[in-house]
Amino acid sequence: MSLTGRKPSEGARGPLLLRALALSVSGLLGTVIAFILLSGVEALVRGQGLGLLGAAWNPAGGKFGILTMIQCSLLLAFSSLCLGWFLSLGCCCALNGLAPRWAARGLLGLLTMMTAVPTVVYGFAAVFLLVPLIRDALGGTGFCWLTAGLLLALQGVPTMTFVMDGAVRSLAAETRLTATALGLSPVQHLSRVVLPLASRSLLSAAVLGLGRAVGDALLPTMLAGNAIRFAHSPLDSMRTLTAHISLVLSSDIGGGEHLSLLLAGALLLTFCAVFSLLARRLSQRARGARL
Amino acid sequence: MKVKELVLSMLGWAALAIVSLGLAGLVGFLFIRGLPALNLRLLFGSTPAWDALLALRPVWDGIWPAAAGTLSLLAVTMVLVLVPGIACGVYLACFASPRERDWIGECVDVLAGIPSIVMGLFGLELIILLRRTFLPRGTTCLLLAAACLAILVLPVLVTATRSAVEALPRSLTLTADALGLSRAQAVRHLLLPAAGPGILGGVILVMGRAMEDTAVIMLTGAVANAGLPAGLTAKFEALPFKIYYTAAQYTSSEELARGFGTALLLLILSWTLILSARVLQRRLARRWEGVA
Repeated sequence: MSLTGRKPSEGARGPLLLRALALSVSGLLGTVIAFILLSGVEALVRGQGLGLLGAAWNPAGGKFGILTMIQCSLLLAFSSLCLGWFLSLGCCCALNGLAPRWAARGLLGLLTMMTAVPTVVYGFAAVFLLVPLIRDALGGTGFCWLTAGLLLALQGVPTMTFVMDGAVRSLAAETRLTATALGLSPVQHLSRVVLPLASRSLLSAAVLGLGRAVGDALLPTMLAGNAIRFAHSPLDSMRTLTAHISLVLSSDIGGGEHLSLLLAGALLLTFCAVFSLLARRLSQRARGARL
Repeated sequence: MKVKELVLSMLGWAALAIVSLGLAGLVGFLFIRGLPALNLRLLFGSTPAWDALLALRPVWDGIWPAAAGTLSLLAVTMVLVLVPGIACGVYLACFASPRERDWIGECVDVLAGIPSIVMGLFGLELIILLRRTFLPRGTTCLLLAAACLAILVLPVLVTATRSAVEALPRSLTLTADALGLSRAQAVRHLLLPAAGPGILGGVILVMGRAMEDTAVIMLTGAVANAGLPAGLTAKFEALPFKIYYTAAQYTSSEELARGFGTALLLLILSWTLILSARVLQRRLARRWEGVA
């Protein structure tokens, strides 16, 4: 037995079994990621001549382009993020001194409940509530970019708010005494001191929300109408990459449709991986800047 | 300069109003339409409850098969995910070297960001690959769906376990060292029991995630009409898929009413899960409050 009281077999690195499990978990995760990415590359190689990255979708003519879906995915994600981010910022301020305490507590409870609402339930309620509303008020079928964007924004609010709140709450606590001594009101304290200090975390919340918005499959499938074309107005129906994967249950394995699915999956994975890595860097740097 | 403050407080109040009204509208609508349908008939239809529960007679006009499918899916998923998830979380919190922590943490983060539909696609590709190689007769099934779900929720469990253990006060570890416990002994007898409620909270959160997910199972074996789950290698029904399917393909007003009832049921189940997870995690936090 060594001086530190550890049995040699256990060492500082933990029991062998635990170590093996942890390593195999990370190995498994790595394999999954590699598998999806490689499938995408394979689709690109085998699908030469099918115009996989083009704008034309015409299975009869042998064209399986997913460019329209990439455009729709990005449009939908960015538009819902814009709305959702401002809503989250507002909620975060309401939680941290803008609203009276009872309202803040209520909002916190509400947001916690919102994190648990299944996406499919949001989609179901919206199909029968929001879609008819938009159809009657603005025309069209109601299954459009606008409907999906609104719901996607609402769905993303709790996650983003909690990320923002984590940073804002501790920064506010650190600076409150000084700010009050300087005669700043709670709103001034937030807008002049806390929010500028928390800007990295606000950005990281946005990046995280973007990843979520790009990756959501059910709301676009249920609410966006699924027409394969470039979307120009908020009332246009659109098909995103995620909706494409959930809709095309093609049986022709190895055919053009199937290859387009693989490419869509790899693209989505790349987007989301980049976003979550970026969010991780940003929040790490935010933490480092404060210490 | 008052403009900035004015804009910010308007934004705050507007966000508060929009979010609460939006949620209240959707949930209220669901309650109004779903509550009348929420009864035993929703589950079992016209089949007597005991006959349905004992699988003596099939249920045609109720959601019992979907509920049973979701339950078995959850059970298999939890069996697959619990040990590796908790082990990996504990390892990261207690034993990993800084480099490993960075590296595995990065991997877990990337995977936590994977859209669930991509995980479904992974399952589909996996079974296609298996059909070409070892299992020429394999199809999408309960086991495949559970495996993909398990991979999907694994990062959540790892992160929850890790933060539950890391939230314990430092004095616990110091005490263990002072008493001459080895690191492994300290983890087994001191840290794990102390972090138990937090880990359990994480497990419940993961159950919620696995229960509500629709995108994975719709590519890996959920179908609209399968009856009770017939085994690990059979297709199955599930509550979220039932809701999704009803929204697009309902043919009668009874079917639609059943859809509303199902959506409400799923919502209530999810809320129950998250509330119990919160209670457990709060109990853990309160227990160690003020201990450095």
